[in-house]
Amino acid sequence: MANFTPLTAAIGGALIGLAAALLMLLTGRVAGISGILGGCLAPGSTDKEWRLAFLIGMILAPLSATLVGYNLIKPQMPSSFVVIGVAGLLVGFGSRLGGGCTSGHGICGVARLSPRSITATAVFMATAILAVGFTRHILGG
Amino acid sequence: MLLLVNSACGFIFGWGLLISGMVKPEKVLDFLDIFGIWDPSLGVVMAAALAVSSAGFWFAAHRQPPPAPQPGSTKRSIDGPLVVGSALFGVGWGLVGLCPGPAIVNLATLSPQVIVFVVAVGGGMALHNAWQRRQLPEPSKSVPTAMDG
Repeated sequence: MANFTPLTAAIGGALIGLAAALLMLLTGRVAGISGILGGCLAPGSTDKEWRLAFLIGMILAPLSATLVGYNLIKPQMPSSFVVIGVAGLLVGFGSRLGGGCTSGHGICGVARLSPRSITATAVFMATAILAVGFTRHILGG
Repeated sequence: MLLLVNSACGFIFGWGLLISGMVKPEKVLDFLDIFGIWDPSLGVVMAAALAVSSAGFWFAAHRQPPPAPQPGSTKRSIDGPLVVGSALFGVGWGLVGLCPGPAIVNLATLSPQVIVFVVAVGGGMALHNAWQRRQLPEPSKSVPTAMDG
């Protein structure tokens, strides 16, 4: 557990929770990123503006952080674009079919003690653990 | 004005992902890697987020007048699509260590890998919408944009 960063994890997590709570309290909406993104892309949806506003706010966070000395580092990703593409398709399709992702189910839904969200979170945690176990320990990537 | 509120919420959410380190795929994968050198950080992020958001949601549910019922929080049963969709989502998440939130924040780095990932996520969502339209009877061609979150 040498890589454990409890303090920044707690501060960052509290901010994520604060953002979800404020969005619910001030606009009555659920801060599920896959839902917000999906609604932006769905043809014929009539409420794209607030979704875009939320997503732009998210992208502005790292840009504003550079003003206080944060380095915008490209994240470590698999070298294969095929793997990245397949993973993206699974994340997009799966989150829409399952009705949410780590934020919508994992935070907002679990906070409401929704049985659907608790189930979804348990399932995606389990398959993600299996996927990581497979790629890191069986394929040895 | 309301748009500004939404942007501010997105901004705070983005800072949370940044400070917590969850924008780094390797940190997410180290949490999911229970067979390796386990990093519990993501668990702390979720616990802290849940503590704050559940307090906020409690206030939202108990204030007067009660908030208008939200689209999407109506579905109650645990069904096949919920389980299959979440299972597929988890596999994709575990393959690269990015879920939609951190992927959006990482767009700011202009990493080609992140851009490809986000485009593929959009493609997967479009694929789902097209598939669901084929399943629905003729009169209701609109796809619900958010069921739970």
